[in-house]
Amino acid sequence: MTDYSLHLESLTKIFGRRLVFDKLTYNFLPGKVYGISGPNGSGKSTLSKIIAGIITPTTGKVLHKSNAKIVKPEELHNLIGFVSPYLVLYDEFTAHENLLHFARIRGVKLDSGREDDLLNKMGIYNRRNDLVKAYSSGMKQRLKFVFALLHNPKLLILDEPTSNLDNSGKDAVYELLKSELHDNVIIIASNEDGDLAKCNEVIYLENYKIKNGQ
Amino acid sequence: MIKAFYLFKKDWESELRTRYAINALAMFILVAISVILFSIGQEKISEYLTGGLLWVVIFFSAMSGLARAFVSEEERGTTITLHLIAAPSTVFSGKLIFNLILVFMMNAAISILFSLLFDAFVIKNLMLFILAFIFGNIGIAISSTIISAIIAKANTKGTLYPVLSFPILLPLILILMDLTKLAMDGESVSSSFTNIAALVCYDVIMGTASYLLFDFIWKE
Repeated sequence: MTDYSLHLESLTKIFGRRLVFDKLTYNFLPGKVYGISGPNGSGKSTLSKIIAGIITPTTGKVLHKSNAKIVKPEELHNLIGFVSPYLVLYDEFTAHENLLHFARIRGVKLDSGREDDLLNKMGIYNRRNDLVKAYSSGMKQRLKFVFALLHNPKLLILDEPTSNLDNSGKDAVYELLKSELHDNVIIIASNEDGDLAKCNEVIYLENYKIKNGQ
Repeated sequence: MIKAFYLFKKDWESELRTRYAINALAMFILVAISVILFSIGQEKISEYLTGGLLWVVIFFSAMSGLARAFVSEEERGTTITLHLIAAPSTVFSGKLIFNLILVFMMNAAISILFSLLFDAFVIKNLMLFILAFIFGNIGIAISSTIISAIIAKANTKGTLYPVLSFPILLPLILILMDLTKLAMDGESVSSSFTNIAALVCYDVIMGTASYLLFDFIWKE
């Protein structure tokens, strides 16, 4: 079993005067796919960003534990893979250049074998040397999965992962989820039935709270 | 530090392809110096005035080019990507290296153009001017980088940069003008020690405060 787990402790987020959610507490265990669902504006994306450390909660804590130790915020980025429609890669670089820059900035050597494997699985291997600005929105979404998985993250956060994807793209994503789950934690924030069907547990956000765990 | 270097490398390669900041800076420098030349006409101006004008041009050039460090990431929507690949200290260091290179290139070009185009711009103690130039550029780069991070998320980026940078850069520009005047008079480095020490203090304080503040600015 992996040594990674994720704990939300009494999370509250307020934007200006608008309460998004109030005192959310939940534990995410390794080897499981979790879904976050709820109506528009219920805070799915906000919760995803808070878990990824992109924004901070108003109150409460997100604890990422590895080897029974709490992961320091400055080391968090190497533990997390993140995909969302609002994630943007660098248009002026090719897919390969993007991935090379990201690996170097992370301080790791680019694993060419894994890069080729993921590009192949996502069906964009033949376009790896094209500038990203020439990609369609679906191809950009496929590249984001390679970006999210290349460094073997322990926590994979997918916010509306199948948006912009055709049926073959969705199948590729679902296959990837199966092969990459191992003992990691995967969180899918979505309202798509197809996405939620792949989850072991679904958290439903409504009226600022977790309504139920299915 | 190596991670920050690679972040700088990514920015530099991106800049060479998009010419986001370099073109804006080059055009601003050319326009600013041309306007000064046209407005002076055949008038004789004092050497102290050329020293002052040099730092005025540098101050406004910094506003037009150096603010791009974080603003360009925010405008393209790549800020989240940066969040996901690097620690805040790496991001700040990488952007600072980029602005340092840009500010040294920009100010070297402005200084060379001034010495070629203005007869009155004569530096008698070059060593003193070079010292002021080096520490001044470091101060401008640090201040511009942290101001850029602050304004990146605002809706009124264009107007906010001059408003924020004026009180932050003013003490630096005043010291630099003073040191340039002393360099034009041929004063020795040792007699200008107080001004150089103030310049170094400014750099150290701004650098430390920026690193401490950046975590909070970056997260929200």
